[in-house]
Amino acid sequence: MVILQQVGLIARRSMVRTMRQPGVFIPPLTFPLMLMAVNSNGLRAATHLPGFPTHSFLAFFLPFSFMQGALFASGIAGTDLARDIDTGFLNRLALTPVRGSALLLGQIGGALGLGAIQACLYLGVGLAAGVHIDSGVGGAALILVLALLVAVGFGTLGLWIALRTGSGEGVQSQFPLLFFVLFISSMNLPRNLIEVRWFRDIATINPVSYLIEALRSLVIVGWDPEALLLGFGVALGLIGLSMTLAVQQLKVRMTRT
Amino acid sequence: MRRKSKSSNGTAAHGIEVESLVRQFKDVRAVDGIDLRIEPGQIYGFLGPNGAGKSTTVHMLTTLIPPTSGRASVAGFDVVREGPKVRASIGAALQEAALDPFLTGREHLRLQASLHGIKGDARKSLQEALLERVGLTNAADRKVRTYSGGMKRRLDLALALIHDPSILFLDEPTTGLDPQSRTALWEEVGRLARDEGVTVFLTTQYLEEADVLADRVGIIDHGRIVAEGTPAQLKAEIGKPTVEVVPEEHDDLGRLSELLGRFGDETAARPGAYAVQMNGHGDLPAVIRALDSENVRAAEINLHQPTLDDVFLAKTGRTLEGADD
Repeated sequence: MVILQQVGLIARRSMVRTMRQPGVFIPPLTFPLMLMAVNSNGLRAATHLPGFPTHSFLAFFLPFSFMQGALFASGIAGTDLARDIDTGFLNRLALTPVRGSALLLGQIGGALGLGAIQACLYLGVGLAAGVHIDSGVGGAALILVLALLVAVGFGTLGLWIALRTGSGEGVQSQFPLLFFVLFISSMNLPRNLIEVRWFRDIATINPVSYLIEALRSLVIVGWDPEALLLGFGVALGLIGLSMTLAVQQLKVRMTRT
Repeated sequence: MRRKSKSSNGTAAHGIEVESLVRQFKDVRAVDGIDLRIEPGQIYGFLGPNGAGKSTTVHMLTTLIPPTSGRASVAGFDVVREGPKVRASIGAALQEAALDPFLTGREHLRLQASLHGIKGDARKSLQEALLERVGLTNAADRKVRTYSGGMKRRLDLALALIHDPSILFLDEPTTGLDPQSRTALWEEVGRLARDEGVTVFLTTQYLEEADVLADRVGIIDHGRIVAEGTPAQLKAEIGKPTVEVVPEEHDDLGRLSELLGRFGDETAARPGAYAVQMNGHGDLPAVIRALDSENVRAAEINLHQPTLDDVFLAKTGRTLEGADD
């Protein structure tokens, strides 16, 4: 059986089980939208700051929803895999001819599927609420592509944590840390407007800032090659790093001969 | 009992052969140099308490973990060098039915069959046949989280059989099942071996299960096999029956001990009773005749045949039920 078929089977199962758990599936769709609604109103005054790049805080904040969604996807992918390890389902799969790479890519496929639904929803809601995408239709498509890459990167990171800890609790315990990384980025303000120096420095070395800024640039600036290069570079780097870690950890976890 | 051996996939001429198999986990030697030879078509009962090394042995034989040392071949293939060939020849239902609570029974079978490369109509007809065989046709489209323990175990068995394996590993398949579900599973496992020639490696901590199902039994304790043979052989090896008599009059206990002492050596008995393990000098009718001739009236006479628990006690100094400690 070709590896793509195996990936498809595992991804399909991953999607089906996620869709059948409304308690798991709905919060990643609604929570970022709620935060977007609250912040775009509550922090609207920030747009009056000299040098703030847009008059719409909603447009400024929209990219953060994609990041939040990706983190949720990471948690779901990781928790699902951890549950498979815990219940022995991973052993069941290991006894079939499925390849380790197909197992990982299939699980990532599940995260990708969820990420696609999330990204389309956030973008759709943003457009419906009056956000104008300065880079046009092509930029909107690129936003979806980058959002999916980010979902894959964080989803794979979740798989690595699951393979490393082997427990859903282990995955969940990493979740606040990832959220913390998200919050110490340029999510609420452009870096040049962050007055507290240590915060600005941390936001500058935090790769998440560049993911947000690449998405943001497509919404409020147009085509900014430097921001896009940095954003896509960080996304691909995240995928490369998390994939390497996950593959290595899979070899430790799945020791079949 | 030897049965016709399965021949559908060309590996049936081989059962399981294990030599000096060891598995070390850091400071723990979970399996400590075991040797096994299981003929094709046999049901082999691997008996032992929790933590004895049963599941670790199964994980090595099913290629899920490599042995630290020693060698094993399953269906004629080396478990270290020929893992994929071993996996293609075996089915396994490991401890705790490993199922996805959010998928249906039919979806489980579809996924498992597809991963084994079974497609199209062949997959569909196989799915339906297995659902029918394990009695899950009506529940096939229900999510597994609504299944009872017995239904999950039956689905687990169906999944293990989806690619027509010649060797089946069942790791404590009836733990936690009610007596009815347990009996149904025993019947199916017996049928697989008897009618289809499947070799079955069954771990259990239930003596009755090994006694009823297994052609041969291996008893494992602290990673070592302490006894092996047919259930009858093992019982005969240690086995002399025990006779326990409860006298009608408590005052007769003294006379009873003297009388029964002619037939065997004193052994543990309930309060108010006296028991001996027979030493071959006479049998139960002889005991009854002696009681009658000496006018010792018995309220109760029990003949206790040796069980596998007695074998376990004789080999390890502990009873199986208390062996977890």
